Amino acid sequence: MSRKELYLKVKEAATKLGVFKDLEIAIDRILVEEYEEPMGPTPFPSITELRNWDFKLLNRYRPFYMPFCDLCCLCTFGKCDLTQGKRGACGLDMAAQQSRIVLLACCIGAATHIGHARHLVEHLIERYGRDHPIDAGEGVDIEAPVTRLVTGIRPRTLKDLEIVLDYLENQVTHLLSCTHTGQEGSSIDFESKVLHAGMIDQVGMEIADIAQISVYNFPKADPNAPLVELGAGVVDKSKPVILVIGHNVPPAVEIANYLMNNDLMGEVEVAGLCCTAHDLTRYTPKAKIIGPISWQLRFIRSGLPDVIVVDEQCVRTNLIFEAKKIKAPFIATSEKNCQGLRDRSRDPVDEIVADLVNGRETGVLILNPEKVGEVAVRAALKVAPRRAKFKVIPDVKDVIEGAKKCRKCRECIRACPNNLPVMQAVNEAANGNLAPLAQLYENCIGCARCESACQADLPLHSYIVKAAEKRFKEEKFKMRSGRGAVKDTEIRTVGQPIVFGEIPGVIAFVGCANYANGGKEVAEMVDEFAKRRYIIVTSGCAAMTAAMYKDEEGKTVYEKYSGDFDASGVLNVGSCVSNPHIAGAAIKIARIFAKRNLRANYEEIADYILNRIGAVGVAWGAMSQKAASIASGFWRLGVPVIVGPHGSKYRRMLLGRKDKPEDWYVYNARTGEKVYVGPAPEHLFYVAETKEEAMVEIAKLCMRPNDTTKGRAIKLTHYIDLHKKLYGSIPDDIHLFVRTKADIPLTMKDEILAYLKEKGWKETMIPDPTLLPRLIREKVE
Amino acid sequence: MKRAESWQTAEIPGPKKALTPKTPETIALFIKRAKRPLIVAGSECIKLEVNGERYIDYIIKIAKTGNIPVVATAHTVKSFLEKGIREIFSMSAMEVADRLRDPEWKGFDGKGQYDLVLFAGMKYYFEWLILSGLKHFAPHLKTVSLDKYYQPHASWSFPNLPDKEWRETLLKIAEKLKT
Repeated sequence: MSRKELYLKVKEAATKLGVFKDLEIAIDRILVEEYEEPMGPTPFPSITELRNWDFKLLNRYRPFYMPFCDLCCLCTFGKCDLTQGKRGACGLDMAAQQSRIVLLACCIGAATHIGHARHLVEHLIERYGRDHPIDAGEGVDIEAPVTRLVTGIRPRTLKDLEIVLDYLENQVTHLLSCTHTGQEGSSIDFESKVLHAGMIDQVGMEIADIAQISVYNFPKADPNAPLVELGAGVVDKSKPVILVIGHNVPPAVEIANYLMNNDLMGEVEVAGLCCTAHDLTRYTPKAKIIGPISWQLRFIRSGLPDVIVVDEQCVRTNLIFEAKKIKAPFIATSEKNCQGLRDRSRDPVDEIVADLVNGRETGVLILNPEKVGEVAVRAALKVAPRRAKFKVIPDVKDVIEGAKKCRKCRECIRACPNNLPVMQAVNEAANGNLAPLAQLYENCIGCARCESACQADLPLHSYIVKAAEKRFKEEKFKMRSGRGAVKDTEIRTVGQPIVFGEIPGVIAFVGCANYANGGKEVAEMVDEFAKRRYIIVTSGCAAMTAAMYKDEEGKTVYEKYSGDFDASGVLNVGSCVSNPHIAGAAIKIARIFAKRNLRANYEEIADYILNRIGAVGVAWGAMSQKAASIASGFWRLGVPVIVGPHGSKYRRMLLGRKDKPEDWYVYNARTGEKVYVGPAPEHLFYVAETKEEAMVEIAKLCMRPNDTTKGRAIKLTHYIDLHKKLYGSIPDDIHLFVRTKADIPLTMKDEILAYLKEKGWKETMIPDPTLLPRLIREKVE
Repeated sequence: MKRAESWQTAEIPGPKKALTPKTPETIALFIKRAKRPLIVAGSECIKLEVNGERYIDYIIKIAKTGNIPVVATAHTVKSFLEKGIREIFSMSAMEVADRLRDPEWKGFDGKGQYDLVLFAGMKYYFEWLILSGLKHFAPHLKTVSLDKYYQPHASWSFPNLPDKEWRETLLKIAEKLKT
C-alpha cells in the first residue's frame, strides 16, 4: 500500500452527462491493495470501533481504582472533592476521574512513542529517501504484524509508514480530547479508550523500530545478535567518553558514524543509558551500555563522561546542571527536550565546539543529528585532557565530615520512594562506618529525592555511590544486543507447543527500573523461568537489569541461555520501541500456526491470543506513562501484565473474580455451547507485592482455556511447584484449573485427586474457546 | 506533640483523613464492637521488626486474643504456616482489596462481608493505595492501619510512632482484646 495524492484539473470536458468546465478533483489518498490477505473488518479503527471487544474484557476484568488523592484539580471549577461518591462540578465521579487519569497517562505514553516514530521516520526519509525498503530480516515475511493487524497496511517502504503515522496522530488527538472537561463521563468508556491508546501505541512503536532496523541495519531477527558490554565498569576511563542518554537514536548513530568515518572508533568511548544505549549497540556492538535510566545520576557524578548528549524520554530533566557540576559540555538534540538552551543547529561546527570547550556555553541545542555527531566527538577530544575526569563524588573523608552535619530530621527517609534507612546509614558514616551506606546502593533507584529533602544540603546520593564505589567500578556484564523481530520460521517451530501449552508460557520482562527491592529480582525471575523451559523475552531497562547479575560461573542470563525464541530461550528484542515484536510474536502465532487472517482483524486475533497463547508481561519496575500505554496495548490483545509494587501507583488494576463462575464462560466455537473454562487468565492487570507472589502469578496467568491436557498438566506442575516452594502449601484453587483428570500432573496425582474430592470437583470439557459469537461454526439448536 | 501527617512527605491525601485514636484501647474497642473483623497481613510483617521482635508475632498475638481471622497476602502465608498457625487464609493484596469493596462478597468463611479490616505490614505506598481504594469504593467498611506510620486513607490510623511506642500500642491492643 502506498500514499498517492492525486490532483486533477480539467479546463473543459465533454461527457455523456454533459460538459464540465474548470473541473477540479483532489484525492488525498488512494489505498492500493498489493497483498494476498483479504481486508478484515476493522482497518484503521476509530476510537469506538473495537468498543464491543473492550467491553467483553472489561466485564470480566473489572477496574479497581486506588486514587492517589480525593481531589480532581484539572479545571478552574475545582478543586473538587470526589470522596466517597461525591461528584465534581462537571458531574464526574471518582471512578470516571481515575479512568480519565489513566487515559491521560496512556495518551502521553502513546503520543511519546508516536512522536518518536514521526521524528525518526522524517529523519530517515530525509537522509535515505522515501523509497527505502522495509526489511525486518530474513525469515520474516510478516514484517509489521501489529500494523497489519490494526490498519490493514503492509508497509513496504518508509513512505508507507507516513500513512500509518497520520492515522496514529489522528487517534491520539481524538483520545486526548476525550479527557477534556465535559466530554466522556463513563469510567468504562474511558477504559475502552485506554485500550485504544495502548493499541495505537503498539503500532507507533512498531513503526519506529522497523524503520530503524531497516535503515540502520540493526540485527534483523537474529537470535545470535552480538553480546555487548554493560555496566559502569566497562568504560575505559583513559579515553574521552561520550555519554548518550534517552530513546531516539539518530544523534548517537551520527556520533558513531563520525567516529567510524574518521578512524576514531577505538579512540573515544561511546556509552549510553536506557534505550538509546540499546539501539546504539544494535547499530555498533562497539558501543557500551552503562545501564538502565536510573543509573544516569550516579554515572555522571562519577565524572567519567566528558560530553553528555541527551535526546528524549525518561532523561533526568536537570542533567544540564549535573553536567555543569562535572564540567562536561551538554548537548540537547531533541525538539521535545530543549532545556532552555540556545539553538546552534545552523552555526558552524568549529564555533560550537570552541564555545563548549572554552566554557562560553555549558550546553547547546543542536537539532541536526549529523552536526551532533561531529560536535560531540570533537568536543570530547578537546575537553577530555582538560577535565581529567573531574568528579563530584566526595572522598571518604568528606563523606564522614559531611555526615556529621546530619540534623537527624528523617526527611531523607520520608522522601525515599523505597523508605531506605538513609539517615541511619549517614549516622553510621559519621562514625566512620560506610558499610550501611553501601548497602543502600542495591535498592536505591537513583532518584536523589533524599538530597532534595536534606535540610543540611548533603549530597546523599553521592555518598551512597562513594560508599559503593568498588561495586560500581566492578559492574561488568554481557547482554545480548536487541535482536528485533521473532522469525516466522521460529513461530512455525514453537507455535503448536505454545498453543497446546507444552511450552508453558512466553514471559516478557519489560519496562523501567523503578524497583522496590533492587533489580536482582528481575534476573532471578528470568533465570527461574528459563530453567523451567518458558520462553523469556526482554526489552528496555528490564533487559539490561536482567544482565546485571551473574551466576556462580560468572555468566549472565544472556550467556547462560540461547537467544532463540524457543523453550529456555532468553531473547532481548531491543529498546522500548521493540516491544511490539513481543506482541507481534503472539499475533504471528495466530497467523502462521492457526492460519487466521490478521489483516485488520483485531478482535478475532485478540480473542485467539486471550484464549490460546499463554503469554504474560512483567513490568517489575514500571515507572513511566509509556509503560502504562505499553501495558494497555498488551491488555487489548488479551495478554495479562504484572507490575511490581510501585506499579500500584498506576492507580487502577483490571482484576478477575475467580469466585464468580459466571465470568468464566466462553463459546465452544464448534457447537455454540457456552462452556465454563475456569479463570484463565485470571487477571489482566495485576500488581504483585513481592517477587515470590509475582512468580506464582506468572505461572498461573500462563494458563489458557485452549491448553491441551498435556499442556495444562505442565502448566499446573509449575504453578503448584512454585506455590509449594514459595507459599509452603498447595494452591487453594487447583479445582478451577483442572478440567479433566488428564490435566493432573502425574507426579502429584494422589495429592491433587484427594484435594479435588474434598472440593467436590466435577469434570468439564475443553472447548474450542472464543468470546465472539460470530466465530461459532455451528449453532446448537 | 504528635502530628498526624503522612510518613512519605509527598503523600497528601485530600479532605478526608484518618482519625487518630486517642489510645490503643480505642482500637481494641472498635475491634470488639465489630461483628466481622479481619486482619490483612502483608509481606512486610515478616521483615519488619517491632523493637527487636518480628511484626508477624504481634499480629498473631492480636489475632489470637481477639479471635480475628487473618488473611496473609503475597507469600506471607508461608511464615504463618512455619509458625504453626493453621487458621490462616491466603490471598493476594489486590484480590483481597477487590473483594472487600464488593458488599455482596461472602468472605473467606462464606458468612458475608467484613465490617472492620485491620491492615498490617505492607509497603507504605502500597497500603496507602489499597486503603484509598477502599475509602472511596467500599463505604460499607471501616479500616484500621496497625502500622507505625500514619495512613491517612484508613478510617483510623496511629500517628507516626517511635518503635517503642508502637510496640506498647500493639501489646495494649492485644491485652485489651483479652478482657
